[in-house]
Amino acid sequence: MIADIHHARDAALHEIEQAPTLDAIVALQARLTGKRSELALLKTGLGGLESVDERREAGRVLNEAMDAVVEALARRREALESEALDIRLAAERLDLTETIGRPRRGHAHLVTQAWERLEDVFVGMGFQVAEGPEVETDWHNFEALNMGEGHPARGEFDTLFVDHVPPGGRAGSTVLRTHTSPVQIRTMLAGAPPIYIVAPGRVFRRDTPDATHMPVFHQIEGLVVDRGISMAHLAGTIDAFTKAFFGQDFSSRLRPSYFPFTEPSAEFDIQLPNGQWLELGGCGMVHPAVLRAGGIDPEEWSGFAFGFGIDRMAVMRHGVGDIREMFSNDIRFIEQF
Amino acid sequence: MKILLSWLRDLLDVDALDAEVVAAALTDAGLAVDSVTPIGVTVPGVVTARVLRTEAHPDAAKVHRVYVDAGDGIERHVWCGAFNMAPGDVVPLATIGTTMPDGRTIERRGILGIDSEGMLCSARELGLGDDHAGILLLPTAAAVGVPYGEALELEPDTLLDLDLTRNRPDAWGHLGVARELAAHLGVRLRPPGAELPARGPARSASVDIVDGDRCGRFTSTVLSGIHVAESPAWMQQRLRAVGMRPISNVVDVSNYVMLELNQPNHAYDLESLGGGGFVVRRARTGESLTTLDGERRQLHADDLLICDAADRPIGVAGVMGGLDTEIGERTTTVALEVAWFEPAGIMRTAERLGLRSEASARFERGVDPYGIDRAVARFVELLRETCPDLVVHAGTVDARGGSLPSADRSVAVRVSEVNRIIGTHLGPADLPPLLEPIGFPTTVGDDAVTVGLPSWRPDCEIEIDVVEEVARRHGYRKLGSEVPRSPVSGGLSPVQLRRRRLRDVVLGLGCSEAMPNPFLAPDSARRVGLDDAAIRITNPLVADESVLRTSLRPGLLAAVAYNESHRRPGVRLFEIGHVYRPADAELPEELEMLGVVLAGGAADDAVRIWREISAALGLGARIDQSTVPAGLHPTRSATLSAGPRPLGAVGEVHPRVLRELGIADRVAVLELDLGQLLAREPKPAQWRPVGRTPSADLDLAFALDDDVPAERLEKAIRQGAGGLLVDLELFDVYRGPGVADGSRSLAFRLRLQAADRTLVDADLAAVRERVLGATAKLGAQLRG
Repeated sequence: MIADIHHARDAALHEIEQAPTLDAIVALQARLTGKRSELALLKTGLGGLESVDERREAGRVLNEAMDAVVEALARRREALESEALDIRLAAERLDLTETIGRPRRGHAHLVTQAWERLEDVFVGMGFQVAEGPEVETDWHNFEALNMGEGHPARGEFDTLFVDHVPPGGRAGSTVLRTHTSPVQIRTMLAGAPPIYIVAPGRVFRRDTPDATHMPVFHQIEGLVVDRGISMAHLAGTIDAFTKAFFGQDFSSRLRPSYFPFTEPSAEFDIQLPNGQWLELGGCGMVHPAVLRAGGIDPEEWSGFAFGFGIDRMAVMRHGVGDIREMFSNDIRFIEQF
Repeated sequence: MKILLSWLRDLLDVDALDAEVVAAALTDAGLAVDSVTPIGVTVPGVVTARVLRTEAHPDAAKVHRVYVDAGDGIERHVWCGAFNMAPGDVVPLATIGTTMPDGRTIERRGILGIDSEGMLCSARELGLGDDHAGILLLPTAAAVGVPYGEALELEPDTLLDLDLTRNRPDAWGHLGVARELAAHLGVRLRPPGAELPARGPARSASVDIVDGDRCGRFTSTVLSGIHVAESPAWMQQRLRAVGMRPISNVVDVSNYVMLELNQPNHAYDLESLGGGGFVVRRARTGESLTTLDGERRQLHADDLLICDAADRPIGVAGVMGGLDTEIGERTTTVALEVAWFEPAGIMRTAERLGLRSEASARFERGVDPYGIDRAVARFVELLRETCPDLVVHAGTVDARGGSLPSADRSVAVRVSEVNRIIGTHLGPADLPPLLEPIGFPTTVGDDAVTVGLPSWRPDCEIEIDVVEEVARRHGYRKLGSEVPRSPVSGGLSPVQLRRRRLRDVVLGLGCSEAMPNPFLAPDSARRVGLDDAAIRITNPLVADESVLRTSLRPGLLAAVAYNESHRRPGVRLFEIGHVYRPADAELPEELEMLGVVLAGGAADDAVRIWREISAALGLGARIDQSTVPAGLHPTRSATLSAGPRPLGAVGEVHPRVLRELGIADRVAVLELDLGQLLAREPKPAQWRPVGRTPSADLDLAFALDDDVPAERLEKAIRQGAGGLLVDLELFDVYRGPGVADGSRSLAFRLRLQAADRTLVDADLAAVRERVLGATAKLGAQLRG
């Protein structure tokens, strides 16, 4: 009996070992472990054994044989499956460098890229972002900024005028804003201190385009109005901005200058890591007349303002040799950035 | 402003000045020095030569032959393109082999086969100033054959170019710059004297200021014993160095005084002055005057005139003198005008006449109304160098007008205010040492300092003006640096955040950002099929950029055309920018718009972009094809509506517009009013439990007439399906065999699910029935 069992087991194990496919395994599974398999038949013959010991012994051997067959089937199935997977994997090979077409994502305008980077730096410093109209009243653009009718500084702005006449107003009183500073006035009139804003935007001058000037360009303006704001805060803010925007190895300085809407006024320069100084923009303490125009009592509050060109930031960062190309809308330019 | 270092040195109590130290000091003080240029170095090889004769050549019209004697007795021949010399003149001759300041070397080069033995030089060629109008004429008494520097008594000097701000008219003269420098370096200022020397017999030129609101002060002083001659070499050199051409002693002294003291002045030949005096009045309509530059000037009733006592106009006040009263060679007696005019009026006249003279530039900024006496004294002192017999007559007339600023201006400056604004901890006693050196006298009180405002600083009027002076003198770099702690929470507004998201979505869809000019040509709108009504620029640079855009489309389509013509068809561009429309309000209507153009794209490409934006920003709109936006394809475009005013437009550009612009491909467009799109933030989506029961799908295909939008069928299915519908998708559109002409098959997949139970066949059948009922009203027929 025992010998029969071993014989049946070995034959089964051999067959399993030789099974060529997963389908053959399925067939063998039924034949070798089913009710009519040789081992199953031997099991029915157990009852013919005489002694209990013999039956027990033969039963144990039979169970071991069956386990061995089941295990062999599983092992063989796994091996065949793994082999099949390997074949499929090899057949599925792709060359991942074999890609047609370029990345489809569009390119943001250089001015937008600089604009958003600037906004992000100032937002990080606790500023909000204010906006205003591009067509402005001469009151917002000039008068409220301490440049009354006939003020000599008005002449330096090369203002573009439009034919809009407000109801009951006069012709020639509507301009394309020459700077973002009118947003200061609008912000002060619309709210109350403390004010911490930057105002990026499009501005206009009657300037013939050349490699460094466009009649339509972009500026960012900053305004802080709070209690106890001094020129030291202006210097500190400019310096913090310089380091955050350009890098920790840049520094800044203020130089006396003149703007009608700030006093004291300053130019601010940044120093490049190579020691070279670069004039960046204008700034100063908000003139008391400007605070008053914004409905703010200059005895109680004080503030500073600063402004500079956004386009120039893009020009500097990317080494653009001719600013006119930035506005040519030539896709060959746009795609470079 | 051109400033000479040697001139500054004359005005300061110093032995020597270092150009770099001076430049740094002035820049720190707010008088920014743009450049520092060494001048007055004699170019080796350039010698004095006397002109013997000149001779024209029949074949050369632009040059002539000049024969000179360079001191060695040999007659030398040079070709010369300037004609301002006569026999006997002494001129600089650059000999063969000389290297000029601009780097070129003089070679023996001929014209018409005739050699030139050197080159005659202009002032500019020798680095002596800006004058290049002719050959530099040297003093006729000069020795011949010596370095020209000897003839000119040339001394090395340094020229500083100052970039001055509008508030510092005082720095338009060397004295003002020297004052600032003296304060900065801590040395004494040495201004020329203000006292007139001994007077001769009384002789006056009367002055009648008619319009005192425009002329605050007008002094006339009669000087006789004048002999018109050349100025001394040192004066000529200085004038040349700052870009002025020496003319004669009287004119040169006049200019020198202006450059030194910032006091423009004018000497009239007394003989030619009708009635022997002056009237200062506004011009009358129709009056005109020929100015010194030979131009006939038509005058305006707002222009201020200097007239003689016979009421004949002899000068445009503060701008330019008249030709008739110019100093001539035989002038012996002059009436010297030194005056103060109201700045804004001068600016208006100079602008109107397009005539910005050295004088008008100074008067319109504001000269020192009380520096006049010093100017007269200095004029006399300098003229006496060449006119030893000069007589200053007693009887100077000093007429005043109502616009004359007060001589005694002062302001109380609170020390606390100084500290509050500039962040210092100064005490009252700290102010005088800062302010007095620049001419602001101080009287120290307990909390405030009374500060006198100098007459040469018209920009200083109120307390904050003095605060700035204190800051400047204290030094901006010593003011400290501290970042204020913003109590405001920084960040972008919801609209700004949504704008960024919008831009990012459009970029992600393969569109690049353009920035076309917002100024259009007058016909741009019409050419793209839009209304002409627009805001116009009244003073445009060019007519082609004189209209403010009412739509982003003209600019974007121009960009498409440009790229197509540069072998880049198929561009996908967008712009986020403002358009401007006429409005009956304080300002024109200004809308922020998104414009997208897809070259080579069809309307459905644009719709796809709209659907992505709509999904990303959570705002839907009806695609209304019954209202075709202007300039778009009539059967492939729609208005996007989501409220009382259109949200935008989507579709394709009208083929007629494309032809007009020379664009070969189709162009799909999408335009959105961002004022609406960005302002409408959707409410936060509310949770709906994800059903745990199984869902079932129902596919239905309908044949539907082409005239009925698919959107309406979708809506009908939605209504018919009722509450069990959890998702609906159009998954196939088919036209062709099996579907009648003029209609198409639209296949939808309905996903159905009940919250509380598994659906059974009866549920699906019921939904199907209801959907068929609802869609039948549109004429939709269920297909097999």
